Order: sequence, then C-alpha cells, then structure tokens
Amino acid sequence: MTRAAAKRRGSAARLGLMAVPVAFFAVFFAYPVAAIVARGLKPDGIWQFGRIGDVLAQSDVRQVLWFTTWQALASTALTLLIALPGAYVFARFDFPGKQVLRAVVTVPFVLPTVVVGTAFMALAGRGGLLDELWGVRLDTTVWAILLAHVFFNYAVVVRTVGGLWSQLDPRQEEAARMLGASRFAAWRSVTLPALAPAVAAAALMVFLFTFTSFGVVQILGGPAFSTLEVEIYRQTSEIFDLSTAAVLTMIQFVAVGSVLALHAWTVRRRETALRLVDATVTARRPRGAGQWALLGGVVATVAVLIMLPLAVLVERSFGDAGLGYYRALTEDDGGVFLVAPIEAVGNSLQYAVAATAIAVVIGGLAAVALTRRDAGRLVRGFDALLMLPLGVSAVTVGFGFLIALDEPPLDLRASWILVPLAQALVGVPFVVRTMLPVLRAVDVRLREAAAVLGASPWRAWREVDLPLVRRALLIAAGFAFAVSLGEFGATVFIARPENPTLPVAVARLLGRPGELNYGQAMALSTILMIVCAVALLVLERLRTDRTGEF
Amino acid sequence: MLLSLEAATVRFGGRAVLDAVGLGVAEQETVCVLGPSGSGKSTLLRAVAGLQPLDSGRIRLDGRDQSGVPAHKRGVGLMFQDHQLFPQRDVGGNVAFGLRMHGASRGEQAQRVRELLDLVGLPGAAGRAVAALSGGEQQRVALARALAPSPRLLMLDEPLGQLDRSLRERLVVELRELFGRLGTTVLAVTHDQGEAFALADRVVVMRDGRIAQSGTPLEVWQRPADAFVARFLGFENVVGATVADGIAVTPWGKVPVPDGAPQGTRTLLVRPAGVRLVPADEGLRCTVAARTFRGTHVAVRLQPDDAPRLEAACALRAAPGVGDEVGVEFDAAEIAVLG
Repeated sequence: MTRAAAKRRGSAARLGLMAVPVAFFAVFFAYPVAAIVARGLKPDGIWQFGRIGDVLAQSDVRQVLWFTTWQALASTALTLLIALPGAYVFARFDFPGKQVLRAVVTVPFVLPTVVVGTAFMALAGRGGLLDELWGVRLDTTVWAILLAHVFFNYAVVVRTVGGLWSQLDPRQEEAARMLGASRFAAWRSVTLPALAPAVAAAALMVFLFTFTSFGVVQILGGPAFSTLEVEIYRQTSEIFDLSTAAVLTMIQFVAVGSVLALHAWTVRRRETALRLVDATVTARRPRGAGQWALLGGVVATVAVLIMLPLAVLVERSFGDAGLGYYRALTEDDGGVFLVAPIEAVGNSLQYAVAATAIAVVIGGLAAVALTRRDAGRLVRGFDALLMLPLGVSAVTVGFGFLIALDEPPLDLRASWILVPLAQALVGVPFVVRTMLPVLRAVDVRLREAAAVLGASPWRAWREVDLPLVRRALLIAAGFAFAVSLGEFGATVFIARPENPTLPVAVARLLGRPGELNYGQAMALSTILMIVCAVALLVLERLRTDRTGEF
Repeated sequence: MLLSLEAATVRFGGRAVLDAVGLGVAEQETVCVLGPSGSGKSTLLRAVAGLQPLDSGRIRLDGRDQSGVPAHKRGVGLMFQDHQLFPQRDVGGNVAFGLRMHGASRGEQAQRVRELLDLVGLPGAAGRAVAALSGGEQQRVALARALAPSPRLLMLDEPLGQLDRSLRERLVVELRELFGRLGTTVLAVTHDQGEAFALADRVVVMRDGRIAQSGTPLEVWQRPADAFVARFLGFENVVGATVADGIAVTPWGKVPVPDGAPQGTRTLLVRPAGVRLVPADEGLRCTVAARTFRGTHVAVRLQPDDAPRLEAACALRAAPGVGDEVGVEFDAAEIAVLG
C-alpha cells in the first residue's frame, strides 16, 4: 500500500464518520439559522441590509447590547473571584467530605436555568427569605442575576481549572524552589503559566454562558434587565417583530462566534505539553491556620451561595401547605395548562431519553472522526462547528426550528421529535467534549498491537477503544440527559402547549400571579432538581477519572 | 527468503527515515537490526508490520508482495517496545487476543494460553491483571501474546529495553534458546550491541536510514565496516591512517597491522586490548588522563603529547594511576584496517 493510497483511505473513512454529524448540523442548525437570517433581511425577496443599521440605531437595542455585555463580563469576573479559591482547595487539599462537596458544587451546572432563577427568586425575590428576614430584595437589582450566574458557573471554574491544577506535578514547583525561588515566585513562574490557559478557557466559557443567559434573566430580570437572548424571545413571541429578532440573532451569532474562536485558540494553547500526574497523589491535608481558614471560607461560600438557594427552594415548595403544592400539580386546572402540570415530568423524561440517544450517536460519531490522527484544517473547522450550539443561543435554535422546519420537505412542526432534536443539538457539544479527551488518550499503539494480532480496524476499535471509553460514553449520555432535561430556551418555542416539559411548565407557572402558582412552580422546580441531582450522582459514581473537560 | 525488503523507502516530511533499504531474513533465522536512536530501525519494523506505508520500494513475505495488505492480514507478530498490553484485559485475555481474532475456539484458546504462559515462565498467571505485573513479567506476557497466533515472522522492538541489566542478560539467553527450540523466524531491533550480539544469527547495523553493515556478530565485531560502526560498537581508538607494507602511519606513530590488510589511505581501529603499556621511556609517551573500573579490567585513558587520546584495557593489578607517565606499544593482532 503506498502512502498516498493509505492517506486517501484514511480520509474516506473520516468523511464517512463525519457525514452523519455534518448532515445533522446542516439540516438542524445551519438551515434554521439561515432561515432566520433570510426572514430578517429578505422579507420580500429582496435583501435589505439597511435593517441592521436601523435596528442598531434604536436606543433600547443598544441598551440591551450594553447590558448583555457588561453583565457577562461582571458575572465572569465575579465567578472567577469566588471560584478560583475553590478550585485550589479542591485541587490541592484532601479533607473529609470532599467527594460530597464536589458533587454539591456540580449540582448547579446540570440544573435547569429555570430552577436556578426560581431558587434565587425564592431566596432574594419578592416574599423571599431575605425579604422576610431583613426586607432585602435583590430581584430589583442586577445582583440577583450576577449571583445566580456565579451559582450556575462555579462548577465550570472548579472543574476546568481545578481539574488541571490537581494534575500539575507539584515537583515542578519543588524543582523551582530548589533553584532558589520563593514559594510565591515558584507558584508565579511555574504553576500560574501552566494554569493560565485553563483559567482563560473557563473564563471564556462562563462569559459565553452568561452572555447568552436566558432562563435566569427571564425570571430574575423583570422588565428592567434584558439580555439579547431575552430580547430575541420577547421580539419573537410577544411583539412578533421577526425582522428585529433576526437581526438581534445575527448580532449574537457574530459575538458568540468571535468568543468561540478565542476559545478554540486557548484550548489549543492548553494542549501544549504539560507534565500531568495522577490527581490523587497531589492532594494533602491542609496545614496551618491559613490553609484551614481558606478551606473553611470555601465551604462557607458553597453553603451560602449554592446550598442555601436550593434549600430555600425546597422549603418554599412546601410553604404552609405541606404537600399541597405537590398535590396541586396533579390536578388539571384547565387554565395555565391543558393537562395536569405533573404530566410535564413524563414528557420531559421521554424527550430527554430521545434527545440523549440522538446526541450520543451524533456526538459519538463526531468524536471518533475528530480523534483520528493527522487531523487537517477541515477537521479542526468541524470541531469548532460542533461547539457552536453551545454558545449560540438556544432561543435562536428554537426560533429557527419554528420558522424553518414547518414546511415541506421538512415539516416537523407537528412531530414530537422536534423537541428532542433541538435538545440534542445543545447536548452534542457536551458529548463531544466528554468523549474526545478520553478517545484521544487511547494509545494508537494499542490499536496497532491489536492490528498486528489480526484485528481488522473495526474489530480493533471495538476490542480496544470501546472498553476504554465505555465509561466516558455513559458520562456523556448522563450530561446529554441532564442538559436535555433542563433545556429551556429552545424548548419554550417548540414544545406544544399540551406537552410542556418541566422547565417550560415552571416558567408558565411563574408567569402567573397567585400563591398557588408560585408554590407549584417551586414544587415542580424541586422535582426537576431532584431528577437532575440523581442523574448527577449516578454520573459521579461512574466518573472516577476527571479527564473530561466538564 | 521469508522476508525481503527491496529499496524500501519511508520519508517523513522530506527526510528519508528508511532510505532504499534492502534486507532479507531467511526461514528460522534471527536477525538483529542494531543502530542508534533515530536510525530508522523502528520504522523498519512498522513498515514490515504494515503499520507504516512505504513511499517507494517493496516488501515481500514468502515472496508475496505486501503492498495493499493491511496489518491484520500480514500474519506477522510485533512485540512493542513498551509492550502495549491491553489494560482492560487480564493476562489470559491479552495472550488469547490474537487467537480470538483468528477464530480459535474457547477450548483451543485456553489450551494455548496455558502452553504459552508455561513457555515464558509464568504458569498459572492467566487470571492476573496486567497492571499488577512487574516489568519483566509484562515482557513475558507481551512475548506470549505475540507468539500465540504462531506468526510466520516475529518482530521485536527493543525487546529488553526497559529491564534492568541482570534480568536483561538472563532473558536474552532464554529468548535465544526459545526461538531455537520453536524454529521461529525473528527480526529484532535494538540499540544495545550486547543484546544484538547475544540474540542474533546475523546483525544488521543501521545508520540514518541506511544499512551500514550486515554480518554475523563475530564478523561485525572483528571487522566493523567503517568508523561509524566501530564507534557505535564502543571503540574509541579509531583514526585515519596510511597503510603500506604491514605498517600504518597514524597520529600515534607507526603501528603494525595484520598481514594481508588493505593498503592505502584507510581507517584504523585499535582495540583497547591492542594498546600495551610499557615503561615510560619506551614506545609512545603518554600521560594517564583517567581510569575507569570495569569489573574484569580497568579502562585507562591515555593522552599522548600531540595526538588523539587512546583507550587501553589493563589488568587490575597492573593499571597505572592518574597522572602517571607510561609508554605505549601496539599489538597487530588487535588492530583492524577498516573499509
């Protein structure tokens, strides 16, 4: 076999693997987004680029843009400030209850944004805990949004930065100390540079999530605060100004695209060779008052910032009515819903299972294609494409589905599959990011060893790769499941009124006045939180190695 | 010839890692490719295994051209440098892997795994986890795994590279004995001359993707093809010389050469044993620059007044101290005129 022929065959195999994910993204991502653009800028069959200028000239649009940007920057800075000490503590200290605390910290990340919003509402909103105790209300200020964002993204920083930190060889710092560096100089000259790309990557991810924040702002923002995402939703579903919505979508698209490009760049920097060691050997008991105080501070932060809102949420779901709000969920009130709200649980689970299956197949194929060696520029571009839905607003996806997939040849408007498809689109990046590091870590020579022993390429994959990545596959599925379960932005557009999902039902209940609706929203959020937490606990059991990027 | 390479060439980014290599391995022969790291020896094995496509040239097994035959259909075995045992399988699962790929029944597999583990000296280890094995045990399991499907050609990449010295010396004897008993055809690569000489029927020295010399261990040891091979084998006393009438003119003065040595401008090798120490007022005058204890003898570095250093091997008792002045005479029997 000549080199050229071998290369051709490799490319053909990769193209084959990529074909399904590419087709999926073309039909369910590129096409709807293109449809939005066309709807906004070509309303009568003629391109009207002037619309962009018109929309940007509106002062309220500029205000939304400004708020979106600065709250994202502020949220990111605040998250880093609060979470970096946590990353250090989790990486370098060994203390009783560490596993439990790690799980607790991760709960918010898989929680639906709607639940996060609701929990902070219960804590700091009208009639919330702080209001009752001291008459403090944060939901009229931007602090509620910022704190909810910190709550939500604490785990992102702890996982990405702490994960790398725990695997940095402490002997590198010791080597610097032996060469005469002080403790701080050693940290600054050895650890910090190694850590910087991870910090940058975490910061960018937090920025992305908060820039496109929807559920949290929708619930906590009130009329005063609105991000692009919320504004797109408002323009679409309340004002019915599709062309403004389309322009806003494109603005967000460009912004997110730039941030993602930056992200891809830091990820590549992060992949520069670092000496990594097993995380379990780097952690040790805290020593001295300073280190115990740091640990105590982190535990207190987690308690106040993460556990308290969730506890208040659960407490409010009982209220004075005992199980009354839960019982009310089973009754068909004929008003907000065409069905009893509790049926949302079944809907959500069914949709999430279907979405998980789709995301695992699509993301799995994509990850395998991306793993193959001598990846060219085409493949790297594909990698970036896969990340887009993570940052591109879910509202965009939902809106796009609504206007693109409602006519032949793809009339899916009436089909139940529409919701799982949109949720899978958001889940795929998680699957790819979880699978990729593990697949890449499989030594090619193991595959070669199998080949020399007579295994065909497919057989070698099945015999060598699959057993090694089975756990990662399960974790990826778990993440996709949790993400699908909590997905709100896209689902709120396309879920049919008689088949709401849990987050959609919560949002609808919150949108209605009255004690009962409020209590039911809390109860339903609690149920959603428990389902997600259980999924997460199962994940934590499976996840003994912490090599994934989330 | 069971295996033959004809002008096999592999380029990495313009640089020829294998440069028109021609090589044959006969049935039941053990050939050892010897070379420094980066000389292309691992690439040679990977090319034969089908893991590295050739840019040009041809590889034949049993006379059949292997271009287009994928690795899993070549029927050759390869033992990797760092073993590459499958971490998720136990010892038995690793050894049985090739048998399973070839469709052997469970009974056959179990039988053969037992045989092979006995053969490599790990009886009853089938149920052990590979992570719990020592380096030497991993080595044996890797060997058993490579032997299990009875490959027509067994290739070993630095087979004993990571083991400690005493284990290495014992295993090399065991391997040679084992391959002789089984009649296995073996192509091994190593950077360790001791290993190559102990293991091989024939040694092939590689340099920069080309074959520098090929011959029996004795031939290569006695008459290295050129200065590179001589230095690679660890000889230090290699200089340019003009040879005429049984005398070579060198920087060390006139040195006797064996009868029938080639004449003209040549490279001269003086083995350490051929450097005889005599009282300081006789022969070439040198100062002792360093002495290294080598167990059976002492290696002495000598600095002549204005010539390259010489290495001499002396008996323990007779070795001079650092700084001593000695004279040097040369012994024609330990001198070779190269190329």
